[in-house]
Amino acid sequence: MTVRGKGFDSMANAGPTGRNRPISPHLMDGAALHWRWGPGMLSSILHRVTGVAATVGIFVALWWLGALVSGPESYAFFVAQATSWYGMVVLVGVSWGVIAHAITGIRHFVLDTGAGYELASNKLWANVSTVLGFVLTAAFWAALLLR
Amino acid sequence: MGNGTSIGRVRGLGSAHSGAHHWLIIRYTAVGSLLLTVWFGVSLLLMPNFDYVTIREWLAQPVPATALALFVLTNIWHARLGIQVVLEDYVHTDANKFASMAALNLITFAAGAFGLFCVIRLALGGA
Repeated sequence: MTVRGKGFDSMANAGPTGRNRPISPHLMDGAALHWRWGPGMLSSILHRVTGVAATVGIFVALWWLGALVSGPESYAFFVAQATSWYGMVVLVGVSWGVIAHAITGIRHFVLDTGAGYELASNKLWANVSTVLGFVLTAAFWAALLLR
Repeated sequence: MGNGTSIGRVRGLGSAHSGAHHWLIIRYTAVGSLLLTVWFGVSLLLMPNFDYVTIREWLAQPVPATALALFVLTNIWHARLGIQVVLEDYVHTDANKFASMAALNLITFAAGAFGLFCVIRLALGGA
């Protein structure tokens, strides 16, 4: 087979001609990452990861609602799980998912307008959005626990 | 899918012609999600405590109940569209694609129906 380009054979499917074609997202060249790591890439990947984490949060919220409907005993069981160490891991993870996804999502809204693609500003706001996700999550929990 | 000619290959592998609509809806639901999630987060921070009675009384009021119903709907809708994009990126065989989309749709409607039922039950009373 003809080698058509770097990494084309690693994560690819056989097209109608029998040749392997690159498919999206095309990240790996064998075991090595095929892109140079950068702030925009990190922010974009985190947007996807936090979106999935926030989706987990929907099911936590539905459990919470179901427990409220089912009565005080179900609600007490939910609270016991939510305030256990593993429950707190999930809740902190989900809250980070929701908050960080909102922040990187706002970044995507700005990029959708065609703004913020200059190298310096793209790098700056990618880094700001990533850091802000963690900072606002910490602030949310501080406000919740210290009131 | 065409197999012999270039145009046949393009037809088989090209656009589905419905991406722009999906793209727009994911952004409209994102706006709703942002507004309602900020409302939800601020409400949690302002809640005097998270006791059963406190939360039940809060969600028995019309405005919080309405906002929570919209919160459930917009977030489930937005998540369904987002998870679809993720699945389309990582699931490549036709049968698995169909199965994952079918499962996603079933879970979306089940979650939405359950969430709405719970909110209505909490708002209109009955334990």
